[in-house]
Amino acid sequence: MSLVGARVLRKEDPNLLSGRGTFVDDLSPSGTVFAAFVASSHSHAKIVSIDVREALSMPGVLGVWTAADFVDFPDVPGGLPNFERPALATDTVRFVGEPVAVVVAEDRYLAADAVAAVVVEYDPLVSVVSVEASVAPGAPLLFPHHRSNTITSVPMLDDGEKELQKSAARAHLRIVNQRCAAVPIEPIAVLANWEPRGLTTWATFQAPHHLRNYLATWLDIPQNICRVIAPDVGGGFGAKIVWYPEFFIAPLLSKWTGRPVKFAQTRTEAMQQMSHGRGQIHDVDVGYESDGRINALRLVISQDLGAYPDPTGLGLAVLTSWMAAGCYRIDKVVTGFRNVVTNTTPIAAYRGAGRPEAAYTIERVIDLVARRTGIDPAEVRRRNFIKPGQFPYKTHNDAVVYDSGDFPSALTECLRLLNYDKVREEQGTTNSDPTKPLIGIGLSAWLEIAGFGPNGSLEGFGHLASWESTQVRIQPDGSAVLFVGSSPHGQGHETTFAQIASDELGIDFDRISVVHGDTETVLQGIGTMGSRGVPTAGSGVKVASQRVLAKAKVIAAHLLEAAEEDLEVAANAFRVKGSPGKTVSWADVGWASFQPLRLPPELLAGSLEERLFQESPNFSYPSGVYGCVVEVDRRTGKTTIRTMVLIDDCGTVINPLLAEGQVHGGVAQGIAQALFEEVVYEPDAGQLVTSNLLDYLVPSALDLPEYIAGRITTLCPNNPLGAKGIGESGAVGAPAAVVNAVIDALSQFGVEHLDMPLLPEKVWRASRPSSAVSPDTGGQK
Amino acid sequence: MSADYTQFTTRVSIHVNGRTRAAEAEDRTLLVHFLREQLRLTGPHVGCDTSNCGACTVLLDGDAVKGCTVLAVQANGRSVTTVEGLGGPFDGRSAVQEGFRQCHGLQCGYCTPGMLMAATALLKENPMPTRHEVREALEGNICRCTGYQMIVDSVMWAAEHEGGAPA
Repeated sequence: MSLVGARVLRKEDPNLLSGRGTFVDDLSPSGTVFAAFVASSHSHAKIVSIDVREALSMPGVLGVWTAADFVDFPDVPGGLPNFERPALATDTVRFVGEPVAVVVAEDRYLAADAVAAVVVEYDPLVSVVSVEASVAPGAPLLFPHHRSNTITSVPMLDDGEKELQKSAARAHLRIVNQRCAAVPIEPIAVLANWEPRGLTTWATFQAPHHLRNYLATWLDIPQNICRVIAPDVGGGFGAKIVWYPEFFIAPLLSKWTGRPVKFAQTRTEAMQQMSHGRGQIHDVDVGYESDGRINALRLVISQDLGAYPDPTGLGLAVLTSWMAAGCYRIDKVVTGFRNVVTNTTPIAAYRGAGRPEAAYTIERVIDLVARRTGIDPAEVRRRNFIKPGQFPYKTHNDAVVYDSGDFPSALTECLRLLNYDKVREEQGTTNSDPTKPLIGIGLSAWLEIAGFGPNGSLEGFGHLASWESTQVRIQPDGSAVLFVGSSPHGQGHETTFAQIASDELGIDFDRISVVHGDTETVLQGIGTMGSRGVPTAGSGVKVASQRVLAKAKVIAAHLLEAAEEDLEVAANAFRVKGSPGKTVSWADVGWASFQPLRLPPELLAGSLEERLFQESPNFSYPSGVYGCVVEVDRRTGKTTIRTMVLIDDCGTVINPLLAEGQVHGGVAQGIAQALFEEVVYEPDAGQLVTSNLLDYLVPSALDLPEYIAGRITTLCPNNPLGAKGIGESGAVGAPAAVVNAVIDALSQFGVEHLDMPLLPEKVWRASRPSSAVSPDTGGQK
Repeated sequence: MSADYTQFTTRVSIHVNGRTRAAEAEDRTLLVHFLREQLRLTGPHVGCDTSNCGACTVLLDGDAVKGCTVLAVQANGRSVTTVEGLGGPFDGRSAVQEGFRQCHGLQCGYCTPGMLMAATALLKENPMPTRHEVREALEGNICRCTGYQMIVDSVMWAAEHEGGAPA
C-alpha cells in the first residue's frame, strides 16, 4: 500500500485545470501600475543621451527612470567582482535588449506607448558576437579594465598528448553545442508592493529565498521586511534562477510611486533578456585501439558567457569538464576551458546546465570511434562501459565519484525496445534504395551529475548553502502540513512530497498539504534546480516525517497505555499489533499533542513538528540509454523520428507518472536542440534574429514523436530515499541519440559529423553525393 | 508625437461563460487583455506576441481562437468561453479537464487553459480523433513541459469519456 512508487494523480491539477492557477501576472492588487523597459537596440554602444520628456508628458505615465536614478544602489549581484551588471545600463550597452530606462504607467498599453516615446542616442562600438570574434587578436573589449574578453580560464596541466599518441589511432572533432533559449511559456514577471509594513515581491523564480537574500542586501533593508513569493511558476528550466535587473528595480519603483508595480515580459523581451543556455564549442581528441577501446580523451571547452558573467554561466564549463568521460572507463582524461564574454544575452543554466554538452560530445566521439573502427556503436559502448561492479567509481576529477549504475543492462533494454537488430537489417536494404528514405539509428548512453548537492557545491554558484529545508507539522486534527524550501515550477512537489510523508506518517495523502515558494512562511530554503528536489527535499521530508512519527508513537503509546514498539500506524490511526481493538486515531494523537495534561512528561505541547536541513554526502548520478530511429527524406533533408526509446535510471521513483512526464519534457527539449532550435545573432551588428516564436522554432505536438519509456533501477547510496533526480535527464540524453541517428543515416555519404540543429537544408546538403564532410570543420566542407 | 489611442474607446458587451459582461475598452485592446484585466478572468494566459503559443486560446461563438489575435471590440455582442467556463460531471470538471488530470497532461499549467480550449473545440468537431488528428489540432498550442505525448493521451481519454459517467 506504499504510495512511493504509485501513479498518484496530482494535487496541483484541479486549480490549474479550472483557470484558478495564480501566476504572477494574474495578480493585481488594487492600484497596480505597470512598468515597461526601454531596451537597447544596439549590441555594443555608448549611450550619448536619453530624452524622456515626451514620454513624461504622455497620459497615464507616472515616471521615467534611467541609470542616473540608481547611482545609490550597487550593480546587480553577479558572478564576479568587476563584471557585474548595472541595474540599468550606465554609459555602455553590451547586448541587444539590455534595459536602458524604465517607464511606469497606469496600464501596460500606456507603458508601451511611453517606452516608444523615449529617445536614446547611441554611439555604436564594434561588437563581438561569437567566441571566435571575442578572442581574436585586437578584438574590441566588453570590459576594457580587464584587457581581455576571456574572463576566466582553467588550462590543462597535462595535455594528454602522450597517451593520445600511444593509441593505435586518434581522431579530432570540433563540436558546437549551440546557444538555445529555455522558453518557459510564462516569461519573466514581477509584482512588487512596497507598503509601510514592508516589501512583498512576487516573482517568477525557482529559488525565492535566494532572491530574497540578495534583494534585501541590494535594497539595504532587513530580510524580515523583504518577502519574496514564487506563486505558480510557468516553467523555468534554469532561466528563472537568474538575478534579472527587473526583480531589483520593480521594488524601488513601487517605493517611489507608492503603488504596486508589475512588470511582465513580452516574448520578444524574453528572447532578448532571459538568459540563454549552452553556447559551448568543444575541441575534442580521442585516442583508441582497433578493438574500439578508448585510451585517452582530451576536451577543451570554449564557453560563451554572453555580455555579463552569470554565476551559473561561469559554472557550466566546470560541469562539462567533470562529466567529459560519461559512462566510460577511460584511463586518461584531460580537460580545460575558457569563459568568454560576447555582445549577446548572458548565458546561464538551461535544463542540464553543462551536462548535456558533455554527454553530447562523448556520445558523438563514441560513434566516431565506431565508424572509424567498423565496430557496431552498441558494441563500442559495451566495451568501454564502467561495469556494474566498479562503483563507487572515481573519475578524472576528485569531486566526481559516480554512485551507482548498470549501463550494460540499460543498453540491453534499449536495444530490445528499439528492435535494434531488425532495424539494422532493414537499414541495410533500404538505404541502398534511392526511392526510400534513409534510415539511421542512434544511441546515447548518458550519465549526469545531479542531486545538488554536497556542502560547497551550490555555494560556488552564489547560493547560501547546498542543503534543502523541510518542515513537517502535525495539525490538531492529525492532518499534516509540509513546508519545503525547494520551490517548484511544474515538477509536482505538492504531490510527490505528500506521497513520501504519507508512507512515513501513516496519514492519508489527502490529509497532507505542501507549502512552498514563500519566504515568510517557509524556512530558509535553497531552491529547485540541478535535479535536486527529490534527492534533497524529498529525503528531508522522509527523515523529518520519521522523527515526527517517533514522537507521535510516544503520545499514542501513552494514550493507549501500550509500549511504543508494539504500535503500528496506517490509515490515520495507531494500533497495538495483535490487539485490533486497541487503537487511537491520528486526530486524537494530534489533538493531544497540543494538550499538556494529556502528554507524557517527556514531551511538550507542539512537539509534533520537525525541521530538517537535509545535507547530502555526495552528488547523485542519473544515467540511461536512449535510442532513436530516424527517417531522412532524401529529397528535402527533413528528419522524422520514427522511434524514440528512453531507458532511465533515476534510482527510487516516487511517482512513475510524474517521473515519466519529466523525462518526456526533457527529451522534447533535447530533440528540439538536435533538430530545430538555435538562438541566432546577426554576426556583425549582433541583432537577435530569433527574437520571437516565429523565428525560434519551439516544437509543437506535430514535430515530436511518441516516446517508449523504460526503466532500470540502481539505488543512490547517498540519500535516504535512494533517489537520483530526474528533471534534467531527458535534455541530457536526447540530443546525441537523435544526432547520432541522422549521422548514421548519412554515413553512406561519408558524413562523420554535423552540428546541431540538423535543419533540413543542412542535412540535404550533406547528403549530396559530392559532399564529403570533414568532422574537423563542424560539418562545413 | 505619438498618437493618443486612449481617446478611442468602445463599450464592449460580451456573453462570457454564460453571463453578459460589459466594460469600456480602448479599441486597440486585445480580447485576452480585456478578459484578464477588465473582467479579471485570468485563466487565459499570454505566452508570446506572435500568436504562436496558444496559451490565450478561448472559444468565440464556439470556435477556438487565440485571444491575442482578436480585438475586444470584435467580440462585441458575441459569446466567449474561457477555461473558467468549462465544467462537467467529473467532480465539476469536463471530460477534457479530467483527461488532463488522469493522464498528467500538464506540469506547470501555464499553457493548459489554451490546450483545454483547443482540445474542447477539437472534440466538438471530431468526437473520436486519431492521435495524429489530436496532434494536428493542437499544433497551434505550445507546451514546453510535457513533450506532448501525455497531452495527446489526455485528449484521447476525454474522447473516450465524453458524455459518459464519471470514472
